[in-house]
Amino acid sequence: MRAGVVVFPGSNCDRDVAVALSQSTGKKTAMIWHRDTDLPDLDLIVVPGGFSYGDYLRCGAMGAHSPVMQEIKRRAEKGTRVLGICNGFQIITEAGLVPGVLMRNAGLKYVCKDVFLRVEDSQSAFTARYNAGQIVRIPIGHGEGNYFADDETLDRLEGEGLVAFRYATPTGEITLDANPNGSQRNIAGVFNKSRTVLGMMPHPERLSDPKLGGTDGRAMFDALVETLA
Amino acid sequence: MTTAKITAADIKTHGLSNDEYKKILEVLGREPNLVELGIFSVMWSEHCSYKSSKKWLKTLPTTAPWVICGPGENAGVIDIGEGLAAIFKMESHNHPSFIEPYQGAATGVGGILRDVFTMGARPIANMNALRFGSPDHPKTRHLVSGVVAGIAGYGNCVGVPTVGGEVNFHASYNGNILVNAMTVGLAKQDKIFYSAAAGAGNPVVYVGSKTGRDGIHGATMASAEFDANSEEKRPTVQVGDPFTEKLLIEACMELMATDAIQSIQDMGAAGLTSSSFEMASKGGMGVELEMEKVPQREEGMTPYEMMLSESQERMLIILKPGKEDIARAIFEKWELDFAVIGHLTTTGRMILKFHGEVVCDLPIDPLAQASPEYDRPWTPTRRQSILEAKDVKDVAWPEALKTLIGCPDLASRKWVYEQYDHMVMADTCQRPGGDAAVVRIHGSNRGLAISTDVTPRYVLADPLEGGKQAVAETWRNITAVGGRPLAITDNLNFGNPQKPEIMGQIVEAIKGIGEACKGLDYPVISGNVSLYNETDGNPIMPTPAIGGVGLIDNLDTMMTVPFKAEKEIILLAGQAGGGWLGQSLYLREICGQEKGAPPPVDLLHERRVGDFVRSMIHGKKLTACHDLSDGGLMVALAEMALSGDVGCELKNVAGHARLFGEDQGRYVLTVKTSDLAGVKAAATAANVALEEIGATGGTAIALNGASVALADLRKLHEGWFPGYMARPA
Repeated sequence: MRAGVVVFPGSNCDRDVAVALSQSTGKKTAMIWHRDTDLPDLDLIVVPGGFSYGDYLRCGAMGAHSPVMQEIKRRAEKGTRVLGICNGFQIITEAGLVPGVLMRNAGLKYVCKDVFLRVEDSQSAFTARYNAGQIVRIPIGHGEGNYFADDETLDRLEGEGLVAFRYATPTGEITLDANPNGSQRNIAGVFNKSRTVLGMMPHPERLSDPKLGGTDGRAMFDALVETLA
Repeated sequence: MTTAKITAADIKTHGLSNDEYKKILEVLGREPNLVELGIFSVMWSEHCSYKSSKKWLKTLPTTAPWVICGPGENAGVIDIGEGLAAIFKMESHNHPSFIEPYQGAATGVGGILRDVFTMGARPIANMNALRFGSPDHPKTRHLVSGVVAGIAGYGNCVGVPTVGGEVNFHASYNGNILVNAMTVGLAKQDKIFYSAAAGAGNPVVYVGSKTGRDGIHGATMASAEFDANSEEKRPTVQVGDPFTEKLLIEACMELMATDAIQSIQDMGAAGLTSSSFEMASKGGMGVELEMEKVPQREEGMTPYEMMLSESQERMLIILKPGKEDIARAIFEKWELDFAVIGHLTTTGRMILKFHGEVVCDLPIDPLAQASPEYDRPWTPTRRQSILEAKDVKDVAWPEALKTLIGCPDLASRKWVYEQYDHMVMADTCQRPGGDAAVVRIHGSNRGLAISTDVTPRYVLADPLEGGKQAVAETWRNITAVGGRPLAITDNLNFGNPQKPEIMGQIVEAIKGIGEACKGLDYPVISGNVSLYNETDGNPIMPTPAIGGVGLIDNLDTMMTVPFKAEKEIILLAGQAGGGWLGQSLYLREICGQEKGAPPPVDLLHERRVGDFVRSMIHGKKLTACHDLSDGGLMVALAEMALSGDVGCELKNVAGHARLFGEDQGRYVLTVKTSDLAGVKAAATAANVALEEIGATGGTAIALNGASVALADLRKLHEGWFPGYMARPA
């Protein structure tokens, strides 16, 4: 699998996800500068976490209009897998690659901690190594991860199996207490219609190494390598 | 040169004494103009010159075979093997944070980050030491909320994990909170950058943000007491832009990878003035600047304003000849300002021109190096007598433990650290909440252990023992995770040094710090002094915060606090018996008293016990380890039980002094039954007292027929902070 990670001014999880990818691919990860529009051949493009362009405007709003995103949209249309993590999720929602928006956390504070996710769908290149219903532990770190879409959109997403992850208790219940940011229906990650694009607030790259306290995130990168090899 | 006559009022508003003004006249042989007076005032401020503390700071041990660079540079540098260096420092942002908590704390983080990356190190961890007034004080909640949000807002955006720190409350901080921020960075030993300017004709380059009118005279403000009108000083607080800082880090790292930089320094307190003077002074050079070339945020700025502005996220670089284009391209790529604003000369003078006119002509050395140094009168702190345990009320342990575990100083800090991104960079091996934070050295199986500590109530009662204890506690915390403690940075926060009793606290605390550093082979490599932390004459408790850094050679042996499993043996290592209740949290929280001598630190004992514990950790003999500090044995056990969600049954311990005494140099350990005999034998061989005090298991802490459920303790421990912050003001 040939993987690339976008680097915006203000990205700060670009290296982290590149390291996690390389661990699974055994290859160097390509770093893509935000002004680049002439990208190499890639099977996976990751839009990483951070504060693209400072995010002083609405989160991800400027990133969505960057030169590189126009090319990423074209690639996504052709089926190249795109993974938006955290700020990357905010950017790809702003860019219209996945539905919904990310609002300020209901608690009005930045939250950094491990959360439990229930895997809702394992029929994608991203989630193939998980079982539907499986509970995984992945950290979050964001101030604006409150997923919102209108009921019609949410019903459609659920009906078509496009909700990838939901915040859950360690035993898999979907409760208010397990929801760290007020997201509608506890949604932590969603796919596009063809499940080739995934946006998620939690950071799989932060628990992809036993030295960091867990490896539940690694299964996502391993699955991508397996599917896209 | 235009010369408006300097008045007595000018001298006073610049915070200079009459004697200091006389010295200025001697140095110059003429009257200064306003630009020059402004420059003198910031360079000779307490904040920049250390004029009250210098004499005593010189006594601190600063060398060891592994010290690459001690105090005097932007940050200290130690050798951590494999060609790498750890670069770190702690710095205060107390005065600004009280006036404007969010921006004060945020720019404190920004400033200390720049001190570290200016030396060539990529910042890999932020820590902090925060002190607030009594929880009941009407301002406290607002200050806690603003400071924590400010640290989070800045650190999270620049993408450096905030991995730990301390938060304490005491009424002595009601009018002067303390915000001490520490950054640890990682550099290659052959790529360390210093600040001494060299090479006549070399270009002086300004990079980063534009200069505005913010923070003018910040260093002077930070060198004065507060009064009821402190709020009016809000305009002297700078505004931070973490996004620009992030770009500045990346651009500087990129430039540092080339061979373009001769020397570099950040523009911190006193901005362009201190950076240009210090660089020139260290290198014995002169500087000529053309002020109109300084990138400016606002129109009509004067040279006075540009020289004294403390606008953030700016650096000054001396480039090697012919490297301007390489450097400019990098900063343009990162969309940062880049301007050649002058060049080095051999005159030893600072000459500032503004549209061709000379507006300042000062000799550099007398300003930067011959700043005043005072030997202020001091009186030793009167020692208190040792408090006998029998004179302290003995409360049933379950009640006492419940009170302590949920008191403001011991309650869980989760509310605080969950607002900090402590995992970015994906190298955080030990998150906040343990004895020391551990960050991995990227791409290796080694790690740095970092801890910040001080127990101000001990320092107040006995500055010498308290100074020793602050150093020893960081050493102990690093040891408890399996680290080899290597060096410290100190952040000395005190009241007005012109009062002999405050100066006495400074002198004795520094002596105590020095003794502990010597005794533990643990030198001071950087630091910062913050004086005048007083409001209306009421000083803070003396608070010499210590930041310690150690090395874990093999992360496979890293140790943690939580109980791991049932039926493991619990051991207490160090000083048997004991029961020191003077200045303990038990005394304060249960009996409402703050008195007695604090527990003494026996440095030989400290070292013997610590070395034993570390060797057991490295030999993989232990399953958990926690040092004893505030609240003594029972609090340490409760923290181990709560974090591991495993209870314990205790034996061989009883009485309030034994259970809650704060005797120093002790650790709680757990071992598997199969390792017990070996660990006991090793302790005997090392001459370390080791007592078996119980076993893990169950869902409660049980002792002498009484017990407290972990669920109840957890509610108290985790409930206080969020409950307090949610309470309506």
